[in-house]
Amino acid sequence: MEKREFVCIGCPLGCAISVDLDGEQIRAITGNTCPRGADYVTKEIRDPRRIVTSLVRVAQGELPVVSVKTAGDIPKGKIRECIRVLKKIEVQAPVQMGDVVAADICGTGVDVIATRSVEKE
Amino acid sequence: MKKDLVIIGGGPAGLAAGIAAKQAGIDDLLILERDGRLGGILNQCIHNGFGLHTFHEELTGPEYAGRYIEKAKELGIAYRLNTMVIDLGMDADGRTKLVTAMNREEGLFTIEAGAVILAMGCRERSRGALNIPGYRPAGIYSAGTAQCYVNMEGRMPGKEVVILGSGDIGLIMARRMTLEGAKVKLVAELMPYSGGLKRNIVQCLDDFGIPLKLSHTVVDIKGKKRVEAVTVAQVDEHLKPIPGTEEEIVCDTLLLSCGLIPENELSGALGVAMNPVTNGPLVNESLETDHAGVFACGNVLHVHDLVDYVSGEATEAGERAAAFLRGELSQTDKETLVKAGAGVRYTVPSRIAVDRMKATQVVRFRVGNVYRDAAVEVWFGDKRVNSRKKKVLAPGEMEQIILKKADLEAAGDLSEITISINEQA
Repeated sequence: MEKREFVCIGCPLGCAISVDLDGEQIRAITGNTCPRGADYVTKEIRDPRRIVTSLVRVAQGELPVVSVKTAGDIPKGKIRECIRVLKKIEVQAPVQMGDVVAADICGTGVDVIATRSVEKE
Repeated sequence: MKKDLVIIGGGPAGLAAGIAAKQAGIDDLLILERDGRLGGILNQCIHNGFGLHTFHEELTGPEYAGRYIEKAKELGIAYRLNTMVIDLGMDADGRTKLVTAMNREEGLFTIEAGAVILAMGCRERSRGALNIPGYRPAGIYSAGTAQCYVNMEGRMPGKEVVILGSGDIGLIMARRMTLEGAKVKLVAELMPYSGGLKRNIVQCLDDFGIPLKLSHTVVDIKGKKRVEAVTVAQVDEHLKPIPGTEEEIVCDTLLLSCGLIPENELSGALGVAMNPVTNGPLVNESLETDHAGVFACGNVLHVHDLVDYVSGEATEAGERAAAFLRGELSQTDKETLVKAGAGVRYTVPSRIAVDRMKATQVVRFRVGNVYRDAAVEVWFGDKRVNSRKKKVLAPGEMEQIILKKADLEAAGDLSEITISINEQA
């Protein structure tokens, strides 16, 4: 039996939640004040996902970089790989907010899009 | 130059105030922004989490700002960039506000304004204000400065990082620096609790295995040309370092995320009455300072956790400034004081004129400590009129209560309202 500890992010209460795990099986969830806490840790164990925000280099832009995000959440385990791919990308100015800078990032099915516009220098 | 309304600052507060004033029929208005673009600090906040209350979706900072900038442009709101307001005064008539500003194209100029909205935002507490001993080498930045280097200019301030202070900007920068390839060795927090949002502690520190040490501070900075190490020590309940707990951490960069200070030099120049707790102006129910026709909103008034609340507050200020310019904001001496009682650090507003009040009035406040299962109480004079139990109250989370105009009218000549925390509730 494995025990994993979580801090729930559902509200300012920040419950410290313990989960007893038997392999993939959740045996017990303790410490949560409300059902949202149980939902949160279940998702964190089964399929933790995050929206990733970072930067991509811009050639001939008013700014040297453009801020980007994954258009939806991606598996937490793919964050670093996603960042590594983005570091190698350079886009040409002008960039419009919402432009896709990398389609289907790391095979997640999620696009990475620009979160601001960068004009040509 | 003459203007009905001048808004000082083109960040989230100034933009929302300008849009609201314009939509309320004020056409002759001008936003003055010292930076080269509108949007203020949101431009460098590339992380997501903005707009959940306003737009019911999760946006990044530039996207959130973009929506307001687009709206302002669509409405044809006039603005000047790279324009620094250097003085704010009152004409001899006691009504016209004199806004003195400068930029490269127009030089120095003064605008005669019917009303002014203060929306200058805040700045970070610097090393000098923190009194950290040690040398003054390169490699010490406020977290926001580092955020600007990384997110706007694409430059990294260092490779091995210690962050002092666990405010949200510090937490966000811990993740940002890590993703950009730096090693964040520690986040040290003076207080026994973090000033940041739970979500940021989990997603910015825990996700990346970055340690957070509560009740710890930096007591020494080593290195002459460049930071070589910092000494961290535990503090006692009086926040004094405990001898013998010092630990040296090798690093080349120290980021400071130790609080924000409203930027009120211009308010001071005008002689606006200030709240020593918030370092922002004292305002009434209309977000008007003690100078008629001068309003304040956003982080210059009090530091907010969520930009959504800034936008809401600024919208209110814009509408009220419009009402003032139309002559609809009656002058009154009959005001009820709103006081911060036990456990409450401050309230915004700090006074309410019942006859100028809308049907409901939001009173925002912060508590001074972490409370569990305590009640937020509202007192009309010495009569308790409301008590609401809260599972948790923390200094890092702004709270609010809503007062009803009907209740205040029914209470008759009320001299003061107190908001307090009852731990025994």
